[in-house]
Order: sequence, then structure tokens, then C-alpha cells
Amino acid sequence: MRVVVLGPQRRPTLDSVARGMDLPGPVATVTAGWQEREPDDAELDALLGGRSANLRLHGRWQDVLVKDPEYAAAELEHRAALRELQELYLVQIDGTLRALREVGRYGGSRAEVREAARADTEAAVRLVDERHLVRVREARDAFEARWRPGERLAAAEHRAEIRQIMDAAAALVVAGGHVGVLLHVLRLFAVGAAPVVIAWSAGAMALTERVLLFHDRAPHGPAHAEFLDAGLGWIPGCVLLPHARRRLRTDDAARMAELAGRAAPARCVVLDDGVRLDLGEHGALPPGARTIGPDGRIGDVA
Amino acid sequence: MTRLAVNRLKERKPDAAAVDRFLTRHEVPIVEGDRCTFLWRGEADEVFVVQRIVGLPERLPLRRLWGTDLWYLVLELPTGSRINYQIEVRRGEHLERGNDPLNPKLSYSPVGTSSVCFAHGYVTPDWTEPDPDARPGELTELVVQSRALRRDCRVTLYLPARFRPTAAYPLLVVHDGDDFLQYAAAKTVLDNLIHRLDVAETVVAFVHPQDRLSEYANSAAHARFLTRELVPRLEAELPLVGQRSGRCLLGSSFGAVASLATAYRAPDVYGSLALMSGSFVFTDIGGADHGGGPVFDPVVRFVNRYRQRPRRVADRLFVSCGVYEPLITYNRSVVHTFESTGMTVRFVETRDGHNWENWRDTLRDALSWVYPGPQKLVYE
Repeated sequence: MRVVVLGPQRRPTLDSVARGMDLPGPVATVTAGWQEREPDDAELDALLGGRSANLRLHGRWQDVLVKDPEYAAAELEHRAALRELQELYLVQIDGTLRALREVGRYGGSRAEVREAARADTEAAVRLVDERHLVRVREARDAFEARWRPGERLAAAEHRAEIRQIMDAAAALVVAGGHVGVLLHVLRLFAVGAAPVVIAWSAGAMALTERVLLFHDRAPHGPAHAEFLDAGLGWIPGCVLLPHARRRLRTDDAARMAELAGRAAPARCVVLDDGVRLDLGEHGALPPGARTIGPDGRIGDVA
Repeated sequence: MTRLAVNRLKERKPDAAAVDRFLTRHEVPIVEGDRCTFLWRGEADEVFVVQRIVGLPERLPLRRLWGTDLWYLVLELPTGSRINYQIEVRRGEHLERGNDPLNPKLSYSPVGTSSVCFAHGYVTPDWTEPDPDARPGELTELVVQSRALRRDCRVTLYLPARFRPTAAYPLLVVHDGDDFLQYAAAKTVLDNLIHRLDVAETVVAFVHPQDRLSEYANSAAHARFLTRELVPRLEAELPLVGQRSGRCLLGSSFGAVASLATAYRAPDVYGSLALMSGSFVFTDIGGADHGGGPVFDPVVRFVNRYRQRPRRVADRLFVSCGVYEPLITYNRSVVHTFESTGMTVRFVETRDGHNWENWRDTLRDALSWVYPGPQKLVYE
């Protein structure tokens, strides 16, 4: 599988990227992140030379919910439980990050004492992040084990149709949008990889090992970055930050360093407009990829 | 600093034609940096700007520009301020009060209009204006037969665009519903903030009082209506979250008191409260005159009792107040009381007064904090 990660497509580069790859067949597309706007993909289809086959994952999901009310109720309850998990995680991470920042500001004269406290508090932050992802995975596993969504009639029919499309596809294109919805429907319909995968923004985030949410420019001020869930893992070793300069206070080196520390050993990769990353073996980043270093500054991968 | 326009006019010893030209050239009040010049023209014995900025006399006299019939007052107003005012004119024994005839900008409320002055830096938020790209939610009417209030209660329901029975929506109950819809553009604001992903898709119940000053002044019947009648019915009939984190009460002025008093009686029911310019008047000595008149008596008794034995009534409180309101001191004070119970409190001060535009402009801060939208999940 060849994976190409693009920056946000406000000014599309997808057309030239796809042309340059000389794809030998139809291109399966996922626009489920656009939710109810999923079918509005004429522009995307044009960029792909009219060869796209939209998997319509959002529409299929809604169809499953309508046709299978028992599953719909169970899924609603599952999503409510995940929401609570996320809210409680935010309470925990708020406390530990505040402690980390307070330790960083501590005015004592013994650097080694403060350093030890900082390392311990960092470990606490990482523990909260890791435990949250474990809890989410456990909740998801338990839900899937109990309800077996893929085997239920309504979803199984859609899965079969999707498999047919994917078998013929030369590439899979995953557009941005709502990353939670994308993750959910990609899993629900067990969308597999194609020989070539092109993704951007939320579409690319969903393919990583861990999805990190971030927004420093919310109406009520900067919020803590938070892990949402594991991704599909097709892009290993990276935490992707689309629109980084628009959404993050990238000039705040301490805050960025904190982010890089929480993502480690994965690297925080900045995905701004115009970026194209042709990933190598095991998600190896190409030279020139922009990442956040341990000092919180953005620099090139050598 | 450049001299004020009115001072430059004064130096020219203007005649009537010069005053005419001056008024044609300037919007009134004239805003120059943090100075606002109020003007009135005509024959009178005295002229006043009447406003309710806490700390200033209610009636601020204008001075007559020598040799003319132009009156003026220069007032310092910090950046971002917005004040409502009227002009009072005295001719002999006769007093006349009304909106500023030189200023077409008006502020609307259930008790009428007043003139409004936008100081330097105040901009009407664009999300308060209709946005053609924002898909509109739907308003529907509902009648709840209330045993608690012994009347049929009209409730206006807001269902967000793309309302789906397979989703689970948080619920917001808004006091003084008609006024929030009419004077605070609540539907437009909801449509826009949901469209911009600032606020979660939310079902909103706008409730309408019959006898506001009694129903909203710590009334057990009103609290019963909300907690035992309205909320259970909505949760039975609509796809709502149905738990504390998905229930919020919002109100301004007496509506804020009603929100707090309702949650006080049901501390496990509501996750959040949004309290705007709450009429949280209290006294430190029981018999002291609170200055609010008899309608405030039950409020003062309630707030005094709450301050003596504060308790957690929700998980999160959004509290806001205009710094020009007489209520600002009470609100600043009661925030500490709220915090002492372990509730998470977000307190926002605005450079505004006790009016609907203030509450309209605060809706984004309040709603995006109470029910944040999916912005953090969306990466286009």
C-alpha cells in the first residue's frame, strides 16, 4: 500500500497528485466526514477525472440506523458512553496539564528537584492519555463483541457492496471533515486499504494510530489537545496536525513542546495548505516534512 | 491627541449655519477614541443624558455651546462599550424624556426603545445577523398542561437543522423565551453558532412566563413545572441526552434567578446553568433595605439563604454581567459563593448594561462553553 498524505484541500492539489500517479482503475472515495453533504462530491469527482466511486459511508450508516432500530438504540447508548469517557478524560487531563504547567513555572532554585517533579508530572499526563485510549478501545471492543455490527443484516449488505467496489479500485481517497464520524463508518463497514491511499485533514488523521484533537481558537479560548481514539493504523508513527497554523498557537513553544511530548514517540506532523507527503515503509516521513520538535519549534525532517 | 470635534466647533464661534453643517457631517454621538460627544439642539432650560451606568449620576447635564442652541456632553467610554440612553429636556416646570432625535440607532426591549451609543471598538457580532449559508432550525409551538403552575404553558421549541430522531441532543431551557427570540435574536444566533460548529446541535425550549415577577422570583411552582413536568415530557417525546450533562437552564435578570432557584431545588437534575445579569440582590444584614422594592423581597431572601449555606446546584455555571449594570457588584460577589461549592464557574464581564443586546452578544460565550460544538472534531 502506497500512502500519500496531503494538506487541506481548500486550493486542491489532489488533481495533480492523482494525475501524476497514473492510477489504472476507478478511485473509491470517502466523503463521510462531510456528513449530510456527503453526496456533494461533484468537484471531487472532477478532480479525479470523473473516475470516482463514492462509498457513501455516511448514507449507508444512516440507512443501517433506520433499518435496524435495535442496533441504532445500542449505538446511541455506546456513543453516549464514549462521550462520557471523553468528558471524564478531559477533567483528568485538565488537572494533570495544569499541574505540569505549574511545575514548569515553579520558582525554586534547585533545578534538579524541579526537573524530577516535571518528569513525574509528564509521566502522569502520558498515563492519563494512554489509559483513556485503552478505555475507549475496551468500550469499543465490548460493544462490537456484543452487537457484532458487521454481521447484522443491514450492515452486512452494505459491507458486501463496499467490498466489491474496493476490489475494483486502484486507489482510495479519504477526504476531511468530521474525524469521529469518519473513524466510526470506516470501522463499521470494514473499509480495507487499496493499492494507493490518498488522504487529507480528518481523512488522514483517521488512518493514523492515535487521533489527537486540538483547537486553540475556540470561541471560549484555547482548549487542551485531547486524544480521541485509535485510528486505523495505516499511517504509523505520526500524529497529524492539519491546519496547524490556523488552529494552534504555533508560536507558543512551551505549549507545542507539551504537545510533542504527549505524542511521542510518534511525531507531530504539521499539515498546512499545499503539503504533500509520500510516506515510505512503516510510515517513514519524506525529507522536508514539517514536524514539531521536542523544543516546541516546527522544523524539517532531515 | 487630536482635539474633539465639538471643541474645534466651539473655537470657531459658530452661527446657526455652521451648527447645521456640523450636524450634517457627524454621526451622533460623535465617537472619537474613548470620548463620546452627545448632542442636542433646541431651546431649553436644561438638557440631560439619562442612563444607568453604575457609578455615574443617572442624569448627566449637557452644556450649551455659547451663542448657539446646540447642547453637548463629552463622556469617556472605554473601548468596546455599548450604552443605552435617552435625552431629558426641561423647559420651566415641564420635563420631557425620549430617544435622542439626532441618533437613529435604537435598542429594543419589552418596555420600549432607547437610544444606543456604540463606543469605539464595539462591533455588532456578525453571528447575530442572519447568514444565508446557515441552515435554519425549526420553531414549533407546544402546550404543556401544568399542574404546578395551574395553567396551560406555551413552550416554543427550537429543533436544529437536520434534526434526526436517531441522534441524542442536549436540552437548553430558556426563560423569557419570547424576549430572547425577539430582542436577542436567539433563533438566528442558534442557527449561526450551530452552523459554525461553535455550539453543539441543541434542542431549545423557550418558556414564557405569565406573571414573570412572581414565577421567576424563587417560585417552587415554577421549579416544579420545569423539573417535573416540562423536562420529563421533552425527554419522553424527543431524542434528548436525558442526563444531567445534557440539561441546561438559561436566563437573564429575574430569569437567572429562576434558573438558579430551579436547580437549587433539584441539584441532581441540571448539569449547567447560564446566568446572565442575574438579579442576585442580597443584604448582609437581614433587615437592611435592598433598594429593589417588594418584588425583590423573595429574591433577596433566597439569595441571602443561598449565601449563608451555599451548595452545589449544577456542575458548571456560566455567569455574565455588564460592568455598567448596578447588578455587577452582586454578580462579582456571588461568583465566589458559587465557586466555594466546587462548581466550575466561568464568569464573563461585558462593557454593557442591563439590556437584551448585552445578553444577545453574550450568547456565543455562554452556549459555546455550555455545549461546545464539534469544531475540535472537524478538519476540512
